Amino acid sequence: MNFSIYRFDPDKDEKPYMKDYDIELEPTDRMLLDALERIKILDDSLSLRRSCREGVCGSDGMNINGRNGLACTTPLPGLKEPVEVRPLPGLPVIRDLIVDMTQFFRQYHSIKPYLINNDPPPETERLQSPEERAQLDGLYECILCACCSTACPSFWWNPDKFVGPAGLLQAYRFLADSRDQATPERLDYLEDPYRLFRCHTIMNCADVCPKDLNPASAIESIKDMMVKRTV
Amino acid sequence: MVKPGRRVITGTHYGLRDWLAQRVTAVVMAVYILWLVATMLASPPQDHAALKAIFSNQWIRIGSLLFLVSLFWHSWIGMRNILMDYVHDTGVRLTLQVLVILSLLVYTVWSVEILWNL
Repeated sequence: MNFSIYRFDPDKDEKPYMKDYDIELEPTDRMLLDALERIKILDDSLSLRRSCREGVCGSDGMNINGRNGLACTTPLPGLKEPVEVRPLPGLPVIRDLIVDMTQFFRQYHSIKPYLINNDPPPETERLQSPEERAQLDGLYECILCACCSTACPSFWWNPDKFVGPAGLLQAYRFLADSRDQATPERLDYLEDPYRLFRCHTIMNCADVCPKDLNPASAIESIKDMMVKRTV
Repeated sequence: MVKPGRRVITGTHYGLRDWLAQRVTAVVMAVYILWLVATMLASPPQDHAALKAIFSNQWIRIGSLLFLVSLFWHSWIGMRNILMDYVHDTGVRLTLQVLVILSLLVYTVWSVEILWNL
């Protein structure tokens, strides 16, 4: 199978380039990550992040034939050859397929991704009804692979100011949590032409999410909450 | 990509009003356009005099002005969004935003002049 892979080693290369690989696959090679590991056996200079190899850790987000996804959950059959593999767009490349996620995580941290509750902790746990718990479905599953934010042009143009789809999905995850008490402060933080309103609802985020989540819909829910408290 | 060491300042606490205004003005424009198309199809004006006669009705003038003001308001929010997305130098962005506002104000006055044959 033919692959064309983005290569860049800042110590050696002046500019990034695409390198072609033609490899024999084994019957057990089912996902793109398996093929990349096989390439790495032949050319150990190829650098990429991977860990769980089953779509849970979110390490191997990359741009596959022009579309962001996880290498470990992208089946090899069906990929157009040569398979073009590039790092996630819009973030600085450290080496080959490894990008610097600092900006991404800075935005994630900015929305305070933790429960804020000032009541004294109960003896056992903070209970939720099944309905309250169901509000978190489609939000808590995010693995922060950055596929959505790096597919979002608004995040490309203003990664320092726009929270991005991943961060906003997590912001809504805590806004929707019945145990969280910081709703007004969270909404105050987000009500900003850059932090939230750079989203123009083009929905690249929902299109590429490897976990089938919908950050665009979470963003709409945040706007709904703002309308409700304003109007 | 972001230059390291640059201090980023956000948090002006506006945006919802503009986002909402863009939706409301869009509805106003959609209703007006549907009305205009329906009117023109129902009895197509045969000459310029007939067209002028339609717009001599005071309510139609007010409706048309409402449409045009909605259009300009909608454009202002859209243009500001485009400038915020693509123009990253604050001075250039401010200059362009002022130019957009001034143009739209001129268009508004011009619209009144056209509609009321001043």
